[in-house]
Amino acid sequence: MTLGGWVVMILSVGGSTAFLVWCLYKVMSTPESEQHLHGQVDIHTPDMDQP
Amino acid sequence: MQELRARVNWTSRVGVILAVTGSAVGLGNFLRFPGLAAKYGGGAFMIAYVCAFLFLGLPIAFAEWSMGRYGGRHGFNSSPGIYRLIWKNRIAPYFGILAMIVPICIYMYYVYIEAWCLAYATRYLFHAMNFGPDSRCYERFFAEFVGLNKHGEAMHTPGEGLLGSAVFFVLMCFVFNFALIYRGLNKGIEWFCRWAMPALILCALLVLIRVLTLGTPDPSKPDQNILNGLGYMWNPVKPGSTFWQELANAEMWMAAAGQIFFSLSVGFGIVITYASYVKKDDDIALSSLTACAGNEFCEVALGGLITVPAAFVFLGPQVVQNPPGTFGLGFMALPMVFGQMPLGDFVGFLFFFLLFLAAITSSLSMLQPGVAFLEEGLGLNRRASVSLLGFITALGSTGVVYFSKDLIALDTLDFWVGTFCLYALAAFQTVLFGWVLGAKRGMAELRRGAEIHLPEFFRYVLQYVTPVYLLVVFGFWLTQNLIAGEGGSNRLQQLVQDPVVATVMIFVLGVAVLFGLFIGQAVRNWRRAEAASEEVMI
Repeated sequence: MTLGGWVVMILSVGGSTAFLVWCLYKVMSTPESEQHLHGQVDIHTPDMDQP
Repeated sequence: MQELRARVNWTSRVGVILAVTGSAVGLGNFLRFPGLAAKYGGGAFMIAYVCAFLFLGLPIAFAEWSMGRYGGRHGFNSSPGIYRLIWKNRIAPYFGILAMIVPICIYMYYVYIEAWCLAYATRYLFHAMNFGPDSRCYERFFAEFVGLNKHGEAMHTPGEGLLGSAVFFVLMCFVFNFALIYRGLNKGIEWFCRWAMPALILCALLVLIRVLTLGTPDPSKPDQNILNGLGYMWNPVKPGSTFWQELANAEMWMAAAGQIFFSLSVGFGIVITYASYVKKDDDIALSSLTACAGNEFCEVALGGLITVPAAFVFLGPQVVQNPPGTFGLGFMALPMVFGQMPLGDFVGFLFFFLLFLAAITSSLSMLQPGVAFLEEGLGLNRRASVSLLGFITALGSTGVVYFSKDLIALDTLDFWVGTFCLYALAAFQTVLFGWVLGAKRGMAELRRGAEIHLPEFFRYVLQYVTPVYLLVVFGFWLTQNLIAGEGGSNRLQQLVQDPVVATVMIFVLGVAVLFGLFIGQAVRNWRRAEAASEEVMI
């Protein structure tokens, strides 16, 4: 593992982890975020209501 | 009372986080990304990958959420309808052909890999996956199981009959997927998966700890140690080549962009469909950003640190440099890691089963754009739409399973649909957002209800940087493939020379023509409905 390898690894892994932590912090600190934020899994498609 | 309210509030926010980030986790993170990183040489691929994330993935995700919600507000839930709404041109809805064939054709091979996960999980459950310390046994099992040696080999595994064959598990996955979507039960499985995804991440962290502490498992091969494995994954320059030589490979840049689109589900026509069901003032900016962040963490911090270093240590650099298909590496390397862990069979079962569940949510969402279009454009009900899609995808999946030698059918679909068409659709959507809907209007749509401030920077990226980036990489790729000499890596030559590749592409073309005809009929239906509503208003 070269020095360049260590730099690429630390930047990539650290960057992606910091990015996730920042997003989670924003979600947790935003008032009533649970009512406005959506993931694909909790979006209701009305055609599901068909018998 | 106040304390109870605070706890309920916190729990529901955790639920939101799980829903948003859980949607993004799938086979792309743990299997496809390492396969590509290994194929294109680790560190150099990472540079192309990070550029693709910043200048393509993230901006196009914003564009798709924004256009989808805009379309939904005007009563359209399918890509052809939304394209027609935004661009008042006769040809606009026909770009929706790409938005139909991309998720449908990806589903055809995605379900096959889903079946590998289920098969491996089942084998771990019955303690039938431990082949000892010889890595060649795992390679041989995988090759025979998926039929790497000859076409039709995947129909049976020697000595184990139908129950040990890949085709049996494909059938199970196919029936399971369509039963869920046909009966409208996918919300149930998705609720279950919301809690299964953190378990998958925990399981991956355990595996990561084991991989990083592998040292040199085989003292007779001192070079195959974990540090060299990490070096293979992350070093920007490989021995025998220069940094610029590696970066000059246009196919690598295209594959990096394709991987970003694949794992973020951007350019699929999926996000645009789901976003059309979101309410007018819901947040789409932080939602999409958090989904992207969850995906990147799983892909880079977990997928990047586990599969390639483990494959290097156990299988050696020769296998890592030429992985069997884009998805195969993990299925050969990870069982070796589980074999060296305490409770390895249990962890192996848990990992592949949770991965199977993650794949189920992704494959169900791949069918939704097609279902939404057939309902909206042709007036079919949900069950008729699902049945039609079931028939088309069954034909395609049969071809993928049968033409298994070197995973040629899977690889052809993964490149031409999972990379090339995905790329083309993303390019079209970028132009649609930046230049037809208008970047200013699009950003206003994106900012409505947003919980974060989106800098103006993204507007210019979407309008100028993203289209130019896509065009330049595509131009280079085309030039390299048109002027390149002989060799299997030349995708354009392969189309003419390999009969299986040609057959697969003729099938894809047939599906495209079919959806072209459907879109033509849908446009006539929409025009008729619009004329009728105008008459009522008069």
